[in-house]
Amino acid sequence: MALLIVQLLTGLANAMFLFLVASGLSLIFGVTRIVNFAHGSFYMLAAYLASTLVTALPLGPSSFYAAVILAPLGVALLGGLIEVCLLRRIYRAPALYQLLLTFAVVLVIGDAVKFFWGTENRTGPSPPGLSGSVPILGQLFPTYDLAILLLGPLFALVLWWMLHRTRWGILIRAATSDREMVGALGVNQTWLFTGVFVLGTWLAGLAGALQMPRVALTTVMDSTVIVETFVVVVLGGMGSAFGALLGAVLIGVLQAFGILWLPREFHLAIVFILMAAVLILRPWGLLGRPEAETPPPGGAVGLGAGRRLRAPGWVWAGGLLLAVVLPPLLPAYYVWVLVEILALALFAASLQLLVGTGGMLSFGHAAYFGLGAYGAALLMKRAALPMPAAFGVAPLVAAAAALLFGAFCVRLSGVYFAMLTLAFAQIAFAIVHQWYDFTGGDNGILGVWPSASLATPVRYYTLALLATALGLGFLWRVTGSPFGYTLRAARDHPRRCQAIGVNLRAHRLLAFGVAGLCAGLGGAIFAFSKGSVFPDYLSMPMSVQSLVMVLIGGIHALTGASVGAAVYKLLDIVITKYTGYWQAVLGGILACLVVAFPHGLVGFVQARWTRMRTSLG
Amino acid sequence: MLDVTDLDAYYGLSHILFGVCLRASRGEVVALLGRNGAGKSTTLKAIMGLVPPARGRVIFRGEDITGRPPHVICRKGIGFVPEDRRIFPDLTVWENLEVGRSAEGNGERRWTAERAFELFPALKELARRRGDSLSGGEQQMLAIARTLMGNPDLLLLDEPSEGLAPLVLRTMAEHILRLKLAGITILLSEQNLHFATRVSDRAYILEKGRIQYEGSMGDLGKSREVLRRYLMV
Repeated sequence: MALLIVQLLTGLANAMFLFLVASGLSLIFGVTRIVNFAHGSFYMLAAYLASTLVTALPLGPSSFYAAVILAPLGVALLGGLIEVCLLRRIYRAPALYQLLLTFAVVLVIGDAVKFFWGTENRTGPSPPGLSGSVPILGQLFPTYDLAILLLGPLFALVLWWMLHRTRWGILIRAATSDREMVGALGVNQTWLFTGVFVLGTWLAGLAGALQMPRVALTTVMDSTVIVETFVVVVLGGMGSAFGALLGAVLIGVLQAFGILWLPREFHLAIVFILMAAVLILRPWGLLGRPEAETPPPGGAVGLGAGRRLRAPGWVWAGGLLLAVVLPPLLPAYYVWVLVEILALALFAASLQLLVGTGGMLSFGHAAYFGLGAYGAALLMKRAALPMPAAFGVAPLVAAAAALLFGAFCVRLSGVYFAMLTLAFAQIAFAIVHQWYDFTGGDNGILGVWPSASLATPVRYYTLALLATALGLGFLWRVTGSPFGYTLRAARDHPRRCQAIGVNLRAHRLLAFGVAGLCAGLGGAIFAFSKGSVFPDYLSMPMSVQSLVMVLIGGIHALTGASVGAAVYKLLDIVITKYTGYWQAVLGGILACLVVAFPHGLVGFVQARWTRMRTSLG
Repeated sequence: MLDVTDLDAYYGLSHILFGVCLRASRGEVVALLGRNGAGKSTTLKAIMGLVPPARGRVIFRGEDITGRPPHVICRKGIGFVPEDRRIFPDLTVWENLEVGRSAEGNGERRWTAERAFELFPALKELARRRGDSLSGGEQQMLAIARTLMGNPDLLLLDEPSEGLAPLVLRTMAEHILRLKLAGITILLSEQNLHFATRVSDRAYILEKGRIQYEGSMGDLGKSREVLRRYLMV
């Protein structure tokens, strides 16, 4: 009994941190309609910053408390700077570009933390005066957690007071339900947005700084906390600060008891089951409101940028000829690079079906790529299947996972869809990462080589070429079929589609499955070319990479994805020669793409080209 | 006071307004009549800056405000009451008024919650009720009161009669006339000719995004042909 109560208190203490982070995310979303993926990065940054300030400040024992106050302020300042310089430019852009931009910030902050603080785990100092434990019913309970338990509700009260009793808070709540009307009533939204962003970031930073003495600081803190936060706000309802409180308490307590009763592989599963249950009953969360705004034409992705660039027949024929004739003449290293490009092209093209054709913003597509790779490796190593059979069955594993996760995701749309796909991908990542007995954890699975008859680079390349051609052909066929047209119609005008009797969810789920299947095939090709699989294949940066490839190639054309994959991989090879901070470079590229070329490089070139031709003739 | 010339506007890719010209002088109540989809709401939204005008000029008190952001236009003295009222559902009546409140505005023009409650006594008892618990008539009163809190000299009312019960309609007409007496210029869009006749001095008829008729309300009442052609009455 005493153990249960202490466990409950621990759960509630954890919930207070989740509440701080989630209420910040929720407030920012409510007013700006941007899901800030970088929210977890601010949390991480504040924790690291606080740990450094504690030792750097010459204040003796009170430097701990000074650090806890200063670090969130510094992070909030950075948040304000990012809002003014970057986000402010894209409030009117389709959701895809907004999410990508915040993702770019995630990548840059992630590498900045690695650069300044290294990749070793750090532990924060214990808080002076609160470092011991107090006995509760005969069990020892950390004093610091007790303080947090008192502090959390205090913050909730202050937040409530601010939102209901100050003019600024009233404006925030008004803007959350109808920001255009708030503007028409004479409120300058620009500064309201900046203010809310700073406040939300400060809340994340505060949680991070307060967390510093409790947990080990790691460079994956950002993605861990953002996934939990997404689950909390999806549970509680986006835009509702008190939904965040409710969701945080539910998750915190559930996790605390889960640790007690369930093996560790299932900790994430219970959270996932709770979220799935809530989404089925109330897709807009426990305290949220159903989205009233109708999505703009083109939905979260935006309509096509104009005419398609059509490559003449000889380009295709020449490309195909090169793909067949060239490899035997190349050194082995470049043949493997080509294989990798093929796998990535398939991966990116399958995402293009979802994002470009279907208007579904998947931010967790790497899950299916990675599950294809792991499927192949596990089928061969654990089920002792011959390599060709494992290669053939692996995509089905990915497709099955896609159908399972997709069944929940397609209930939502827009940014909610994006959050849920990311959350599922992170859950898959965490399971693969933690389940040492089965997946090998972060050691991965080694020795995943093609069978002897396919083991030379050129032979494996031939197999990969055939499989990629098959996959791309299938995607091309799907895009051009009546099913593909329906997907596009559903992307541009979901309401009209439903009105003529289209079952949106069924179509989207099928598209999700097809995309999962092809991504899985890409993953299988990738796994056997590398000879090993690692959890990274399912990770968040991998999902972003696939989106960047699609974006480079131009989002509305299937072939663009393949071009994007090739350009991307070659860039990767060149840049990693010069720097180990590839993610930061990727983030920089992404931010430039979004802010400077919101229609993609191909769209930009197209527009220039059309303008040149019209001015010439 | 308001002078709109050659206004063109688009909703996405569809062209809605074609060279709309209209004016409203100080103290006037001007009605913008037309059928559903004629472009009445879009005209008001384009004046307010909620739909960016593609061509043409909106001059308010001699100043060009074409395409300025809505909050700037609001602070210049134009208030907008949308067709669907757009009350903030989670906010109380008092909080809804607070969102509209402006610190600017001179002495007599200055609106406060108390003054708004004087004009709409029914709202006073509802001050602590949530916006989504109000009836249609109460929402319309609140929407107007909320806009008045910004101390406007020109009020754009989008279909103030829509969805109101006949009895409430009569009080709404009285409210509008009282606002006119208070010196506020009003441009309202209407489908209800009877209601418009009761409150307005002048009228424009809009069809398919073009102004088809302009004249005093009295003249319009006599021109059977115009009424039948554009308003089907």
